[in-house]
Amino acid sequence: MSEININVEHLTRVEGHGNIVLNAKDGTVEFVQWQVSEAPRFFESFVRGRPYNELSHITSRICGICSIGHSLASLKATEAAMDIQISEQTQILRRLAIHAENLQSHVLHVGYLVAPDLLGAPSVVPLASSHTDAVLKIVGLHRLANEFSNLICGRTVHPVSLVVGGFSHIPSEKQLKEIRQKWVDAIPDVVAVGEIVLAHAHKLPNFVRETEFIGLVADDEYAIYDGDIGSTDGGRWPVAEYEGITNEFVVPHSTAKYTKHKRESYMVGALARFNLNYEKMGPLAKEWAGKFGLQPVNHNPFMNNVAQLVEIVHSIEDTLALIDKLLEKGVNVNERPKYEVKAGRGVGAVDVPRGILFHDYTYDDKGVCVKANCIIPTNQNHNNINLDFQAIAPTLLDLPEKEIELTLEMLVRAYDPCISCSTHYLDVQWKR
Amino acid sequence: MSKPKVAFFDFASCEGCQLQVVNLEEAILDVLALVDIVSFREAMKEHSDDYDIAIIEGSIARPIDIDRIKKIREQASILITIGACAHLGGVQRLGNQWDAEANKVEVYERHPGSEITKGDSNPYFAQIKHRAVSEIVKVDAAIPGCPIDSDEFGKVLVALLTGKKLPIPDYPVCVECKKNENICVFETGGFCMGPVARAGCGAPCPTHGGECEACRGYVDHPHTQAHAEVLKKYGLSPNEIMTKRTMYNYRDFEDKGGD
Repeated sequence: MSEININVEHLTRVEGHGNIVLNAKDGTVEFVQWQVSEAPRFFESFVRGRPYNELSHITSRICGICSIGHSLASLKATEAAMDIQISEQTQILRRLAIHAENLQSHVLHVGYLVAPDLLGAPSVVPLASSHTDAVLKIVGLHRLANEFSNLICGRTVHPVSLVVGGFSHIPSEKQLKEIRQKWVDAIPDVVAVGEIVLAHAHKLPNFVRETEFIGLVADDEYAIYDGDIGSTDGGRWPVAEYEGITNEFVVPHSTAKYTKHKRESYMVGALARFNLNYEKMGPLAKEWAGKFGLQPVNHNPFMNNVAQLVEIVHSIEDTLALIDKLLEKGVNVNERPKYEVKAGRGVGAVDVPRGILFHDYTYDDKGVCVKANCIIPTNQNHNNINLDFQAIAPTLLDLPEKEIELTLEMLVRAYDPCISCSTHYLDVQWKR
Repeated sequence: MSKPKVAFFDFASCEGCQLQVVNLEEAILDVLALVDIVSFREAMKEHSDDYDIAIIEGSIARPIDIDRIKKIREQASILITIGACAHLGGVQRLGNQWDAEANKVEVYERHPGSEITKGDSNPYFAQIKHRAVSEIVKVDAAIPGCPIDSDEFGKVLVALLTGKKLPIPDYPVCVECKKNENICVFETGGFCMGPVARAGCGAPCPTHGGECEACRGYVDHPHTQAHAEVLKKYGLSPNEIMTKRTMYNYRDFEDKGGD
């Protein structure tokens, strides 16, 4: 009689605290679960009573890695509540802000957190001596993405310049030209890192479980900043109707709320965006998708890592185009927001590294927040991860425990979860 | 002599301060020349409970978190906190103005399944009040900020390892803001915590058109009364002044029994 009991407490190389539990007996899975044990911080409660112009600074603190995304979802919600219009310059700069965050977050995930699994190392630290050249390229790209974030947002972790109605500080044309050139010069390094991932991509498990993918969609662009809610099962809804999509619910093994739409669960993030918006990607990004054989609609969650790599290429292509557009019309560094504070309710959505993100605020006539709801990408994925576990675990039981554990860990990591967002984390427990 | 062993641990936080350590980029190799990192869950699978220096991010919220931080303190000969959550309780400390059950009602009650969040029967949801680490265990050095400054992290680590005075300034953010040649935030119509907030960040917020929110806490002897008068002079009501002062420093009002 064989008995497998896996209990990974506090999974590593993810942001936040999560546990993997798997108990199997005689070739049958008795129990498998993805648990989220992060301490809740109650943002939706304690922003009540805070003034509108503080909200994006407070909710940015939901997540250090997605702080730019949270700031933008927050600002869009506030602007929707108060009918505040923003300039074309602000629209373009905010798209650059998301690309900057996407680049630093995806490089971090693919380069620092996933590459060790593909190259058979426990972390990026030993890779620094075994694959020095690749690691230096990854570090260089990460540094450049942070420099880009600093330029557009004033700071990479918890941005400063993003404010209600626009920007409090705007980069000069000279600075934009310089950063543009740096991204052009970085393309060969992106290609080199892409080739390494490509050479090891066959190690990503070929696991397919059909699910629904949700993300922003737009008619004329690969949607990240604006658009409607789209689904690979069909349908398109204004962001204000998000509650009909997310349907949050509470489970005992997670302080993060779960979500579901029409199926039992859905997935958000790079793979969802790719599946929904592939046609609108840049040509080089499409070329890279082709090299990996990645086509929409792809139902293998492990391919989210590849979708992130393809998005890195797309973000650089779109960054160059957006900077050209700004330079062509001329940059007004003195443009400052103008608006009137008023009562109202507004919903803001952006599609950030880990997926679609919603903020929903209600303000009184003094601009004080009286009600808030934030639906975080990783929260929307927890339910999908848990169902993936149930599907993949029975197929793994003949493998040695270490390999089962690694596969389950890689599966969670593929979602790039940032559990601190959702409230934190990962622990696999083996019980024999 | 072997290098000191360092382990990172996180509690309730956004993990942005650990990200700021990763954001040292190539300079992290200089850190690795001084210490062995034996645990850094956000970036490494390797883990060891044999460490000399514990670096803590996050506020302490639940009984299970109190037990965990006490065990870490027993093991570590030096305990360093990084960031405003561990140092002050973080923005989430604002939630302490309600009791935990009231917060849970606001966050969970509208959703199916919320009954399991009530009371203390589930340890994940039990008795949640956010505290600074120093309110639970002895802290040897606190690196302030939301987020921490990557360079300051390196400097504090070196100072601790070489027995030097910690390089954390005890003058207000105004000093660094003036060095950046900014026009005073009050002169441009804004309201700023700079006159009482602890410097060391390089004043990035006022430099990018924002206002200081005192995420690094106050200097040792802040002229809060004089600052309140300045805020009043520029038209803030007592209520608005309170709002400015509580974003990161709600602890002060809890300690004084007010809210």
